[in-house]
Amino acid sequence: MAESLSVFRGDRLVLDDVSLTLERGGALLLTGPNGAGKSTLLRVLAGLRRPDGGALLWDGEPITHDRTAHAARVAYLGHQDALKPSLTVRENLALFARAGGGDMDAALKAVDLLHLSTLPARLLSAGQKRRTALARVLLAQAPLWLLDEPSLGLDAAAVELLGQAIATHRAQGGLVVATTHVPLPLGEVSHLALPGMPDQSRGWWGADETDLRGDAA
Amino acid sequence: MMGLFCALVARDLRLALRHGADTLGAVLFFILTGTLFPLALGPSPDLLRHMAPGIIWVCALLAALLPLDRLFGAELEDGSLDQLLLLGLPPSLVALAKITAHWLTTGVPLLLAAVPLAIMLGLPTSTLPILLAGLLLGSMVLSLIGGMGASIVLGARRGGVLLPLLVLPLITPALIFGAAAIDAARTGLPWAPDLELLGAFLAAAIPLCPLAAGAGLRAAVE
Repeated sequence: MAESLSVFRGDRLVLDDVSLTLERGGALLLTGPNGAGKSTLLRVLAGLRRPDGGALLWDGEPITHDRTAHAARVAYLGHQDALKPSLTVRENLALFARAGGGDMDAALKAVDLLHLSTLPARLLSAGQKRRTALARVLLAQAPLWLLDEPSLGLDAAAVELLGQAIATHRAQGGLVVATTHVPLPLGEVSHLALPGMPDQSRGWWGADETDLRGDAA
Repeated sequence: MMGLFCALVARDLRLALRHGADTLGAVLFFILTGTLFPLALGPSPDLLRHMAPGIIWVCALLAALLPLDRLFGAELEDGSLDQLLLLGLPPSLVALAKITAHWLTTGVPLLLAAVPLAIMLGLPTSTLPILLAGLLLGSMVLSLIGGMGASIVLGARRGGVLLPLLVLPLITPALIFGAAAIDAARTGLPWAPDLELLGAFLAAAIPLCPLAAGAGLRAAVE
């Protein structure tokens, strides 16, 4: 699916020659230290970001040919929940239910939010917001789930619900790519460990710090 | 695809309704700046009538700029922009939907508020239809060019300052033709050519601005 991807952020190489393949029903767990490029890789897989090198193929077809068509195949959960505080849970999700054609009540039920569905999103706790964002993933009815730390802020019961949702999705032939720092109930899963910064000495903050010191002197 | 487009516009209208103060802000700004001119220039009816087209157009222009930097900025900050681009709509249609919502929540109220302002400044009532026709076309042009500008400065530091610098020079043709049409109508000259040029400007902006805005949105999430 992905062949020797490379991505730069600024002048820093975050992903160097990363390759991965995912079959139907497969799941891939991305691990690695902070700043290793896990989220960046997810954004590349979603087609939100163009890789600076390498190719991304879906059924043998490069996704850059038609990024809008690829967008319809992807359900992306970023590290932001992307909810509008003034809209209710249902109103927040309505647009995505329309786009993906998913069943709103079923999705809300799957994340145990049915009883809160008419509350404005600003009244929700962090975990409830995360569950709403997960409901959006369910509503997209997309074959490829890209989950950026899906269990962030979730309690044990919600993590179990997440595990069930992922299992159902995979049983239907769906693909899951997730990043995490904590164990996730993914079932059988392949791992891809990103090594972290290729050059530790001149990393994220390195250049700035050197500049600051230069100014001070 | 059309249904999804309308759903996106409806979502933005609902958001605008929930944040009524922000929406009203632009209109109040328009009326307030318009009322400052008689106070600053003195109460001479002749002078005000002479300057009314220019005053109304410049104030409408500045008022429509106010909500622009939040148009895509709010979506980028809370991560919604990623989700909107993954809806399966081409980015240019996402941009066009947001621009349409901006016109409905800013352009249309400004159009309505222009009537009392024109009467207050002593513009002859016979020229009111020309004023409204010009502003109708002009406000659409403004939303389109403004939306394009907003997507281009998206993610830039001090984007709010950059935005007027980018949009105002591009919008000057609309300002010239729009104000000239009212002036022509007031002095009994043919006003149709000015409105036709304004319409031509709009016809060019409708396909081009969403394309540029869509590319801007793509670049902003990279």
